[in-house]
Amino acid sequence: MSSIGTGYDLSVTTFSPDGRVFQIEYAAKAVDNSGTVVGIKCKDGVVLGVEKLIASKMMLPGSNRRIHAVHRHSGMAVAGLAADGRQIVARAKSEATNYESVYGEQIPVKELADRVASYVHLCTLYWWLRPFGCGVILGGYDRDGPQLYMVEPSGVSHRYFGTSIGKGRQAAKTEIEKLKLSEMTCRQGVIEVAKIIYGVHDEAKDKAFELEMSWVCDESNRQHQKVPDDLLEEAKAAAKAALEEMDAD
Amino acid sequence: MIVDSSSPAPTKNSLLLSSEADLQRTQTPYVTGTSVIAIKYKDGILIAADMGGSYGSTLRYKNVERIKPVGKHSLIGASGEISDFQEILRYLDELMLNDSMWDDGNSLGPKEVHNYLTRVMYNRRNKFNPLWNSLILGGVKNGQKYLGTVNMIGVHYEDNHVATGFGNHLARPILREEWNENLTFEEGVKLLEKCMRVLLYRDRSAVNKLQIAKITDEGFTISQPYSLKTQWKFKAFENPTVGAEGSW
Repeated sequence: MSSIGTGYDLSVTTFSPDGRVFQIEYAAKAVDNSGTVVGIKCKDGVVLGVEKLIASKMMLPGSNRRIHAVHRHSGMAVAGLAADGRQIVARAKSEATNYESVYGEQIPVKELADRVASYVHLCTLYWWLRPFGCGVILGGYDRDGPQLYMVEPSGVSHRYFGTSIGKGRQAAKTEIEKLKLSEMTCRQGVIEVAKIIYGVHDEAKDKAFELEMSWVCDESNRQHQKVPDDLLEEAKAAAKAALEEMDAD
Repeated sequence: MIVDSSSPAPTKNSLLLSSEADLQRTQTPYVTGTSVIAIKYKDGILIAADMGGSYGSTLRYKNVERIKPVGKHSLIGASGEISDFQEILRYLDELMLNDSMWDDGNSLGPKEVHNYLTRVMYNRRNKFNPLWNSLILGGVKNGQKYLGTVNMIGVHYEDNHVATGFGNHLARPILREEWNENLTFEEGVKLLEKCMRVLLYRDRSAVNKLQIAKITDEGFTISQPYSLKTQWKFKAFENPTVGAEGSW
């Protein structure tokens, strides 16, 4: 579906005749080429999962984290250019601590998503800045309960029950829509996310991948943290079993 | 990160002339807490402090918590300016937040926190803008007990028993005599209460409402406030003016 924006795609401050800003669309392509990132909001919290494509066997498992804590109560999973992602995470962390020092309470997730979106959007307004080549899924738990937001390179942000970005996002979204999220706990959600990510991973195109997952839920005391190792292993095992079942058909 | 004072760096000349220099003068304390005493015992660390905040010679605030937890492994007790203690707690909160966001299974232990505090206190002292506190930092990590202290000048050391303020003069001699490394929890509390009672009798800024906190490998507990029993029925206090001509 690539369209050539000859001449209108050189700068982020140029509109094309049909009202598109091509640079932003190209930035979104960088996100589309990255490993799948999935986020779901369950009854009692939010689960984030990342398909971390491993570039080299020399890399230590557990390194190159794609999910970052933004504050105690929220975390962010990044897809796209990793270095751009670091900038966004750093900015989100700073916004969160700034809010807390001014208002004395943890930043509401909605406010955080707004601030991150504004920052990403900022970089689409000036010719001397390029848009961020990464999309971000933000999950957090504040006094309005667990919430899930996604911010795209264009700077739009929406609130979701479940969403995904990256290579396998279409397939992942289809799987998410099948789930009954409002009745699911995060414990079950972790298993489902693992199954989805294993399911959308393309064995032919990409070789190895590492599954990285985090959650913020009642069980984790409303703190954002890596999914505990034993639950992660359980999820991986369930996902592999589900794959074999599908292959057997 | 330590936030520097708001003024821009004054040039050499203006330091002598302008009032910018006054923003960085040594302060005087306003609301202060008195001694804190702490000991290592068999399972960890015990810290005791009363709940008084004095406004000069007035015992103004009687519900000041001067012992607070720091992360999973440490407790901090402070004497001196209460507002500076609150600022230190904010620095520590930021420190522990950044530490926890790594989410790497590790967390700062008491030795590291003590070192951080030492740097903060010493650097402020060098700018002639000290945090007017004497701090006690105690904790247990991986079975290792740690107890240290640092004050507003940046003097810091570790020991088996430490105290701040008057505690150094009244409590530590008792601790030197009676401390041993196998104290049980009950023995430790008794020892601390003995010291706190002496301080209560002799330190004018002590109030009879104290908390004792303990920290072990399993976690921390800070007791509910309680009072010590005191004994005032001494013969010398009855009819104190007997034999004093002209007194009433």
